[in-house]
Amino acid sequence: MSHRHSQGPRSAHASAWLVLLTITCVVTFCSVAFNQEQVVRVPGAVYDADFPNEKPGPAPRRDLSGIWEPARGPGDAIGAQGAKSYPDTGRPEHQLPFTTEGLKANLANRPAWGPRAVASALSNDPQPTCEPQGWPRIILHNYRTAQIVQTPKQVLILYQFNRKWRNIWTDGRSNPKVDDFLEPRWWGYSVGRWIDDYTFVGETVGLDERTWLDNVGRPHSLEARIEERYVRRDAAHIDVTITIDDPVYYSKPWIALDRLPLRLQPDSFDIREMECSPSEFARYTKEFAEPAAGTSAK
Amino acid sequence: MRHSLSGLCVVAALLASSGAAVAHHGAATFDTGKTLVLEGVVTEWVWANPHCFLKFDVKGSDGTVRTWTTETSNPSDMVNRGWNRRSFNPGDRVTVTVEPVKSGSPVGRLLEVAFPDGRVLSARGGGVTPPPGRQGGPPQ
Repeated sequence: MSHRHSQGPRSAHASAWLVLLTITCVVTFCSVAFNQEQVVRVPGAVYDADFPNEKPGPAPRRDLSGIWEPARGPGDAIGAQGAKSYPDTGRPEHQLPFTTEGLKANLANRPAWGPRAVASALSNDPQPTCEPQGWPRIILHNYRTAQIVQTPKQVLILYQFNRKWRNIWTDGRSNPKVDDFLEPRWWGYSVGRWIDDYTFVGETVGLDERTWLDNVGRPHSLEARIEERYVRRDAAHIDVTITIDDPVYYSKPWIALDRLPLRLQPDSFDIREMECSPSEFARYTKEFAEPAAGTSAK
Repeated sequence: MRHSLSGLCVVAALLASSGAAVAHHGAATFDTGKTLVLEGVVTEWVWANPHCFLKFDVKGSDGTVRTWTTETSNPSDMVNRGWNRRSFNPGDRVTVTVEPVKSGSPVGRLLEVAFPDGRVLSARGGGVTPPPGRQGGPPQ
């Protein structure tokens, strides 16, 4: 007891520290709990669009890897009315330089959007029935979350929309010559290279003519060459430009997507599934699209 | 917590940039600009691609019941607006704001749903949820 008594001042001191420690713990716990309340994120929801007054760090050299989302928000790269730089508005500035053959091919397509829109049940758009959208429609129509993976020989792009992927070869090979022996592909043949430390350029040829370029039925021929240009602007952004060069259907190249900004997402971001299911689509068509168009089976 | 989160998401959706709701049909299908406010009882909430749709029964003044089918965007978009696959249960009483189609069928684009407890789910806007500590949406 005397021993304990002799420790009195030190004991009081310790008690004070204990109280302080307890208060600190309680405050810390409450703070953590509060923050946890604040940081709950719904899986798959997009939180990291651009916000004012942000100052991202410098761009890394020759690096596109990461999970990317349209920087101005998920709806920014939805091209329902056609390629964002050339929406089908009917206005003169959005008229494409069709050749005679291109105009004929364009008129053969019956989109469900734009000035020439027909009810979806009457459209010949291949996409809604889960036919492959192909390149570049996947991003001119529905550029959603995409993950870019770089390997020593390829740039791989994994798209959320319809859960598709593309391989852009960077091993120095050339694209195949478009001739009678080339097997057309929904996604074409792609090669790419860095033209400086922050600019990667890909080129795709050999695209299957059954695909549309965009959601309003712009066509392409087998001769089409699609350039995709990615500029790593800073640590958080890539700007994407898509140029269509198809001398059979268009009298000159045209820019379909002009420096669309993408924003880097956390590396823990779990991309939601967005699959085209024929059975889900059939149900949607029967219960919504056909009644909407007034074409339901009687 | 769930309430505060869904409230946050609703606010976020309202603050978010307005983007076109993507549909597999053109605007030509809809009676653009016309809206109907319908009171009904949920029969089914279909959480699927290419579009989610809410089915509900509306009782007319003559006692006849008409089943409405109203679409939203796809699940990915709706998650960003604070909706989920359990947003509705059969039997829920709802007040639904709808942009109807021109054909006269009881189908339309769902714009907003109000619940008796005052909660509102909006289907408008492009949708993005502000990260913790941030206010407002992305630049307009």
